[in-house]
Amino acid sequence: MFDWDAVWKFILSPFFLQAAWTTLWLSVVAQLAGVILGLFLALMRMSRFKWLSFPVQVYVWFFRGSPLLVQVLLLWDGLPKLVPGLLFSQITCILIAFSLNEAAYMSEIIRAGISSVDPGQMEAARALGMRYWLAMRRIILPQAARVIIPPLGNEFNNMLKTTSIASVIGLEELTGTAEILGAPTFSIFELLIVATVYYLLLTTLWDYFQRWIERRLDPEYAAKGGRPGRRPGQKSWAQRVLGFGNPPLESGELIAGGHGGAR
Amino acid sequence: MTQQQSYNGYQEQEPPLSAAPSQAAESAEMVLVEQAVKRFGDLLVLNNVSMTVKRGQVVVIIGPSGSGKTTLLRCINHLEKIDSGRIYVDGQLVGYRLVKGRLVEAQEAEIAKMRAQIGFVFQRFNLFAHMTALENVIEAPIHVLGMPRGEAVAQAMELLRKVGLEEKAHVYPHKLSGGQQQRVAIARALAMRPKLMLFDEATSALDPELVGEVLKVMRQLAEEGMTMVVVTHEMGFARDVADHVIFMDHGVIVEEGPPEQIFDDPQSERTRNFLGLIATD
Repeated sequence: MFDWDAVWKFILSPFFLQAAWTTLWLSVVAQLAGVILGLFLALMRMSRFKWLSFPVQVYVWFFRGSPLLVQVLLLWDGLPKLVPGLLFSQITCILIAFSLNEAAYMSEIIRAGISSVDPGQMEAARALGMRYWLAMRRIILPQAARVIIPPLGNEFNNMLKTTSIASVIGLEELTGTAEILGAPTFSIFELLIVATVYYLLLTTLWDYFQRWIERRLDPEYAAKGGRPGRRPGQKSWAQRVLGFGNPPLESGELIAGGHGGAR
Repeated sequence: MTQQQSYNGYQEQEPPLSAAPSQAAESAEMVLVEQAVKRFGDLLVLNNVSMTVKRGQVVVIIGPSGSGKTTLLRCINHLEKIDSGRIYVDGQLVGYRLVKGRLVEAQEAEIAKMRAQIGFVFQRFNLFAHMTALENVIEAPIHVLGMPRGEAVAQAMELLRKVGLEEKAHVYPHKLSGGQQQRVAIARALAMRPKLMLFDEATSALDPELVGEVLKVMRQLAEEGMTMVVVTHEMGFARDVADHVIFMDHGVIVEEGPPEQIFDDPQSERTRNFLGLIATD
């Protein structure tokens, strides 16, 4: 029989609060590392030098072409056999595998974002005497961000759920906690329900947060009456904190790469 | 190849008033192109092109599409690399260094430093889309020259006023007309206090009624003594403002000389044909 008492007993227990926290910070750290590593991979991939771009192609091919679970197990079981004595902790192992895997996906997303920026922007920056990194940071990435952030949000939503894979090597995040606590009392089903509630809670909160960010990135936000009383020229939250947020994508601009004099 | 005019026919120019007077003591040639060759694959875009731009001079390059005039302009600030030959700006080799008699591509920092002294105005404006007009103009002075923000803003407002767009300072490029965008782009280039301005078909992407406002700014700049190389299809501008006109076709300079000569008494059949086509346009 389904034991509702077990659900109520565990849903606010320190075990699951702790587990939810583990899931959350694992996701945040792995996602951050994935974004940073993915940025470098994307820039290497876009290099005109084959010796820079080719290794990235192989990297992306491997990490997107094989299951994350297998990658985790390769690192957990395989690496100590390959390099005797080298044994990562569960957390380290998971963070490495997740970051490397996520970087492969992020590199493609970031590459698409950078490619969406008119090449004329880079040219103008270079013509003004800006060096590559300065131009990237000040001119290209802020514009690419508008294209990168929506899929990045989806990636993080995925990441929150994918961390359940960490349970296979015994890490006590949400899924692992449900299995470990449920096994002795034969209440795994009930505790998996508890874990599911937490996953839904985290992804739903993130969903709201993502929508809030995207709204802030929309420069027409103020014009649409989203925030009354913002003075003209006053910067939105996203502009102040992230340094970007304007202007809106004109319809078709992304696909067509701009339309001449009207832009 | 038909005849090339000798450089001796140049009119001597007065030194510029506003453009980098401190460098007046240096070489009289602001731009010196020696036997530049540029290929795109099998296509020879620049075939042994040599030209000189003296300090304070306005040189206008005309010619049919695909004649290599834009490529030549882009080579002057190393947006395009030449395959052989040499280009000097203000006595400095562009994009390369001479190491033991051999040309080696210069470091990124050196190229950037050189580009910072050369203003470039694009056909498609290329204003930074995520920045207001003012932010566009202050961006490079602050982050490339290290100018204090207050000074950069004051200078930018002055330049925007000069191009007649003071009231558009806080407007984003997509809310500006093409002509306004191009004038902001000119202000952005001038904010670096360049010693040379390159204009790449600056009015070609504009609606006809907006061409005049941009040409007016360019004319004003020429009157102030700025050294300019202008690639354009605006023959009226070439005739009125140029000190020297170069006609290019198929990657070579077919004919060059003062505007009166090029427009009223062209020596070459190809120049005559080209100008005839333009006139009957």
